[in-house]
Amino acid sequence: MINKVVKDAQTAIADIHSGAVIGLGGFGLCGIPENCINALVSKGINNLTCISNNAGVDDFGIGLMLQQKQVKKMIASYVGENAEFERQLLSGELEVDLIPQGTLATRLLAAGYGMPAIFTPAGVGTEVAVGKETRMFNNKEYLMEYAFDLDFSIIKAWKGDTQGNLVFRKTSRNFNPLVAMAGKITIVEVEELVEAGQIDPDHIHLPGIYVHRIFQGTDYEKRIEQRTVSKKQ
Amino acid sequence: MALDKNQIAKRIAQELQDGFYVNLGIGIPTLVANYIPEGINVVLQSENGLLGIGPFPIEGDEDADLINAGKQTITTVAGSSFFDSAMSFGMIRSGKVNLTILGAMEVADNGDIANWKIPGKMVKGMGGAMDLVASAKNIIVAMQHVNKAGESKLLAKCSLPITGLKCVKKVVTELGVFDITPDGFRLLEYAPGVTIDYIKEKTLGRLVIAEDVKEMVV
Repeated sequence: MINKVVKDAQTAIADIHSGAVIGLGGFGLCGIPENCINALVSKGINNLTCISNNAGVDDFGIGLMLQQKQVKKMIASYVGENAEFERQLLSGELEVDLIPQGTLATRLLAAGYGMPAIFTPAGVGTEVAVGKETRMFNNKEYLMEYAFDLDFSIIKAWKGDTQGNLVFRKTSRNFNPLVAMAGKITIVEVEELVEAGQIDPDHIHLPGIYVHRIFQGTDYEKRIEQRTVSKKQ
Repeated sequence: MALDKNQIAKRIAQELQDGFYVNLGIGIPTLVANYIPEGINVVLQSENGLLGIGPFPIEGDEDADLINAGKQTITTVAGSSFFDSAMSFGMIRSGKVNLTILGAMEVADNGDIANWKIPGKMVKGMGGAMDLVASAKNIIVAMQHVNKAGESKLLAKCSLPITGLKCVKKVVTELGVFDITPDGFRLLEYAPGVTIDYIKEKTLGRLVIAEDVKEMVV
């Protein structure tokens, strides 16, 4: 059995090099791989292409990598709540490809399902469609969008076993299993790492075949972007 | 008297039907959840991977792993389910979500919508809006009738980058309720105290008045 368990984030990302194309899981700050992002910031590599639904906030998540100018190109669907990102974009320092959220998810899915492209109606007639092949199905126009080709995928799961089988928690699942499926090398950090056999096979959300390295993370901050509460009844 | 945001949301809530799966956008659409009529059960979809959005948590019960698409802390309800983002947009694309309610910067009289970008000024991105408008069968826009400069947001043609073509079915503003028809915006209801002439003055796209036009009940 190949040993997928590594010691920590530094070890897990040791071979990620400048110029790599990296997919990162999470939606906003929910379910982001905090330990690996911190390790990438410490490692100081640059010219990265990052594919992630969002780009973090100024002082957390991918925002930390933007502060260090490690990102050359960002592919995302929504990048609000990040002033440094907006500054780099408007000044032309950062290359940005904004794509529809469902297109992003499905291009990852396609990679993990071994399909070279998808057809989606999202973006037809908009600037997203410029230069793209279109096709009519049942009198409706669709854009052809290619599957992603990622060097590395970095994700966060709630629980995982030593063979890489994963369970996600609540809405922190979001893009994580999709990014995981799309990577040539997939690195997973979990809050709890257990021995193989300790998770009921029926409860596994993503099978370990998509996972190459796994470790138990530490010191999770799990920051909340918009803390909204109701009054006690 | 023109409506306030909550009254716009309350009027839109009258469009909900029992058993609907509904996606609510950020802003006024989110408020619709507060006015679901009695006896109507709907399931709210959050495109980050949840069916069955519950109210905000009681203080102290916030969970960083449980948020809506606006990144707000929320709760679940009996019957909720979680899924990944591909399945989330799969159910949107395949038409399983019955109704989408979203905000807009501009709507054209043919149903085109612009709500994701102001060139050179705002570059937040489209999020799930392009996927939603390209696939939803029923799209209601909730927005202010005019922008901060007092210019109509109901136009003959959108001036801002398009989010989707010919997709909006209905628009509810502080001044009235409009269907999108081949003849343009069709005024169905006007807000209490607002004259039809005033609505005509504030609407730049083609506007026809329904024969049975009436005052809105909110």
